[in-house]
Amino acid sequence: MVGSGLIVIGAGIGLGKIGGSAMDAIARQPEATGKIQTAMIIIAALLEGIAFAALFAS
Amino acid sequence: MVSLNLNAQEAEEETTGKIDTKTGVKEFVGHHLKDSHYFTFFSDGEKGEHYGIPLPVIIWDGGLKVFSASKFHHGEELVELDGNYYKLYHSKIYKTGPEGIIEYGENHFPTNERPLDFSITKNVTAMIIVALLMFLMFWSYAKNYQKRSIPKGFSRVLEPLVVYVRDEIAKPNIGPKYKKYMSFLLTVFFFILILNLVGLTPLGINVTGNIAITLGLALITFIIVQFSGNKHYWKHIFWMPGVPVPMKIILMPIEVLGMLTKPFALMIRLFANMMAGHVVVMSLLGLIFVFQNWIASPAFFGFTIFISVIELLVAFLQAYIFTLLSALYIGMAVEEHEDHPKDHGEDIPVI
Repeated sequence: MVGSGLIVIGAGIGLGKIGGSAMDAIARQPEATGKIQTAMIIIAALLEGIAFAALFAS
Repeated sequence: MVSLNLNAQEAEEETTGKIDTKTGVKEFVGHHLKDSHYFTFFSDGEKGEHYGIPLPVIIWDGGLKVFSASKFHHGEELVELDGNYYKLYHSKIYKTGPEGIIEYGENHFPTNERPLDFSITKNVTAMIIVALLMFLMFWSYAKNYQKRSIPKGFSRVLEPLVVYVRDEIAKPNIGPKYKKYMSFLLTVFFFILILNLVGLTPLGINVTGNIAITLGLALITFIIVQFSGNKHYWKHIFWMPGVPVPMKIILMPIEVLGMLTKPFALMIRLFANMMAGHVVVMSLLGLIFVFQNWIASPAFFGFTIFISVIELLVAFLQAYIFTLLSALYIGMAVEEHEDHPKDHGEDIPVI
């Protein structure tokens, strides 16, 4: 049970950091928004993959 | 809305006959997420009746034996065929003695022998139907181009997706040789997408949430990547150029492990995302019946709808990610290097 909580914390922090950097990058260069969004979604999916795999194993 | 209601009614009928609603819900969810030899449309828990289509059971046990799953009567009857007795236990077929006893080893797992099972189960049926559907869709789409330059009809839905896969997934990642791999990428994308969407319906068809099927898809990606690897790819794995010799020896097992981990991660990612999504939706639906009061049940109902909408997004996203990563791995295998030492600054992450 504690393990599941830790996994969710890890996923939450990771996704928060990705989102934050994506926001900063978009603010600096609004015309690159499309590419940045794509990269953000890709990294989010990769992170969710690990998070779910760990949730299942616990 | 209507389909969710039907699903909810089915859940209710299954659990009213049970002593404890929570275990009833657990069994219901587990039963729906597993593969089964019987295509159930809906069932009545009180009367023990299941309405659906029994599917053929094809097993290899010394010889090929084919019979209908209705003989199993949902795990209650023992089937006798040529002196061998088969029993269905938790969606798996075991060989037993004449009394039909399943012996349990440690951890309560059955230790009976199992014949090789090649049956047409619910998942196989769903995959066959989806394959036929895809064939029809794309055949009419391709024929459309023979008569006019802009397609008419349902092909208009397919065209932006196909062009997206070509321009955003295949071309940037694979480079000039992308045409050879377009058919594989398109197949994988639409196959996973349609199967994910079908899994959201209340028919209880959970194909991509089955690790055996995602293993198959990841294995195909692995084989394609290995067979299209050129000299640079293999050289980078076994004898990385541009680093001193002791590092090369250390890097080799890491690179080989990376080569195996990437399809493994593909498999786990798709399986875990889909399975987790289905478990969450069905558990929330079950919670409607565990808390049977006027405030909690509508709240859970609304919550279930919300989670189902997120699952819709996840269905598209997972198909996109699987295709994108496959294209990325293929691109890494077929790329021609211009300068060696400079390229390794932008290596693609493994997981």
